[in-house]
Amino acid sequence: MPELRYRDALREALREELIRDDRVFLMGEDIGAYGGSYAVTRGLLDEFGRDRVIDTPIAESGIVGAGIGAAMAGMRPMVELMTINFSFLALDQIVNSAAKLHYMSNGQINVPLVIRMASGGGSQLGATHSHSLEGLYAHFPGLRVVCPSTPADAKGLLKRAFRDENTTIFIEHTALYGMRGEVPDDPDYLIEFGKANVLREGTDVTIVGYSGSTWQAVRAADMLEEQEGISAEVIDLRCLRPLDIDTVIASVKKTNRAVVVEDDWQFGGFAGEISAQLMEQAFDWLDAPVARVCGKDVPLPYNRNLEFAALPSEEDVVEAVLAML
Amino acid sequence: MDTDRDTLIDLYLRMVRIRTFEEQAGKLQEAGKVPGALHLYVGEEAVASGVMSHLSNEDQITSTHRGHGHLVAKGGDFKKMFAELYGRETGYCRGKGGSMHISDLDLGMLGANGIVGAGPPIAIGAAFSNKYRKTRNVTCCFFGDGASNEGTFHEAANMAALYRLPVVFVCENNGFGEFTRQERHQAIQDIADRASGYGMPGVVVDGMDVMAVYEAAGEAIERARRGEGPTLLECKTYRFFDHVGVRGMGVVYRDDSEVIEWRKRDPLVLFEARLLEMNTASAGELQQLRERVLFEVEEAIAFAEASPFPADSALLEDVYTVTGG
Ligand SMILES: Cc1ncc(C[n+]2csc(CCOP(=O)(O)OP(=O)(O)O)c2C)c(N)n1
Repeated sequence: MPELRYRDALREALREELIRDDRVFLMGEDIGAYGGSYAVTRGLLDEFGRDRVIDTPIAESGIVGAGIGAAMAGMRPMVELMTINFSFLALDQIVNSAAKLHYMSNGQINVPLVIRMASGGGSQLGATHSHSLEGLYAHFPGLRVVCPSTPADAKGLLKRAFRDENTTIFIEHTALYGMRGEVPDDPDYLIEFGKANVLREGTDVTIVGYSGSTWQAVRAADMLEEQEGISAEVIDLRCLRPLDIDTVIASVKKTNRAVVVEDDWQFGGFAGEISAQLMEQAFDWLDAPVARVCGKDVPLPYNRNLEFAALPSEEDVVEAVLAML
Repeated sequence: MDTDRDTLIDLYLRMVRIRTFEEQAGKLQEAGKVPGALHLYVGEEAVASGVMSHLSNEDQITSTHRGHGHLVAKGGDFKKMFAELYGRETGYCRGKGGSMHISDLDLGMLGANGIVGAGPPIAIGAAFSNKYRKTRNVTCCFFGDGASNEGTFHEAANMAALYRLPVVFVCENNGFGEFTRQERHQAIQDIADRASGYGMPGVVVDGMDVMAVYEAAGEAIERARRGEGPTLLECKTYRFFDHVGVRGMGVVYRDDSEVIEWRKRDPLVLFEARLLEMNTASAGELQQLRERVLFEVEEAIAFAEASPFPADSALLEDVYTVTGG
């Protein structure tokens, strides 16, 4: 199997979908001539031309709305929004139109739109550029929310998003773009939505992550094994909506303990959703309250030390596990 | 020419201060001493300087991601600025904001802003407060050609004209939004044309000529002070450096020859020649002035480097204000 970086796997997915379906086109700020803020779309303008790879003005609300309209009219658009922070300018279009039109129109309208954006901090860009807010989008019924953590998942999930009749919020992690991994070159390589991935099996505790935090979970599991002889199972959710809670529950029935890790804020966040569902559906199997390891309750600061202190680390995960055992 | 000598020297000094600050900041970033993303203002100095020399500390400005020049021209403290770029306790924002988020309310600087197009609505709110309180103060809103495509600009322009607010929209048209040329992000050449659609005057001015900016800004600001409402002042300028960081030559999105052409119209060089020609100052006096500024900048850098990082306890402070509950 070829080895690709995460960004190249995403590009391969886009390229294959552009070839497969001529209703697919891409829109976004600096995605064409420049090749995208994270070089995901590099080369696609040359290959597919200006009708299908469109550089747009800086107008997030406008381009998402245009994506919605084109999708309603039968196209398969993908809109890139640079970072999740800038997607807030398009929040109305996403929430009030993309997520709701199918329901409000009694099923007449479909919005098969893919909206890609990057999340993740750690680059000292300050609070308007660094947040991870996957959980925010997961709050809205009507949206798919997908957050790949490996190059193979990036490809398989992105291709799957283009086959969906609903809008997919596809959230990439800035720290993963350079990550390498084996990626199937099958042009029909699809990963089903709503299927979590057990990355590592274990018996003492379940650590749940998604996107970048998956790798904190894996590193914490390694540390727990090496330093404490503790066997941790690691689950990558892959999708927040639809959510595969069954895989998490099955794991907790085995380990009786769970920790959820995410970059996002804890208050009102997605880790709270996982713990609530575990409490509702696996209460009798839990030997300890579900622990949440999340970003601190502050806008991300610029200073390096403070920024790192604000983001969850593998040490924080280890500490949370030790506290519950 | 009836502008007095002090004003001319003041204009020159503001430009020199910006240029020196930015060149040194760029060097520090290249040396790996200053992290994050620096959007440098080199080439555009005449705009901030020509506008700001009409403003007092009671007049406000809103700034952008490319904000160092605005703050320097408004009288920003080099020491606090460099300390902020270094992420230190003594910085303008205690190291929490960074380059894209510096503010100084004592100077009426309402903040650089990492979100493109965030400034115009904030500016009209400040202008409203000036009108409401009958202060005769004005608010100048700086924004780029790229930002002129965000809905926020259009919403703010409409309201400013509707309520006759004392605001001047200063569009810094440097020909690019990131790496996208103006002709690829809007169908017009003069952004000032948009003014008439909202019912305000639109003025185009050579943004490399500080006297031209000074005069045009003076009229617009006086008009606002007289209660006659907003103006859209478009300054045609160019950024000599890259969108982020220093390297401005040898890039894919523009030819070096274009940069060289614009550099022939370097606002500092042009104005210096004019000052000499008018016998406003001797070459030696100007040289002395530049050396003094460089010395001040070097002092500020030393101050920043000697300053401590914020303590870990700073992380959780200032999420909410504690005054007044
Ligand atoms: C809402 C939003 N969208 C996109 C970005 C990314 N971005 C940062 S600067 C920039 C270009 C801005 O162009 P312009 O307004 O012309 O200002 P200039 O950089 O040329 O000074 C973009 C797209 C952002 N910071 N905020």
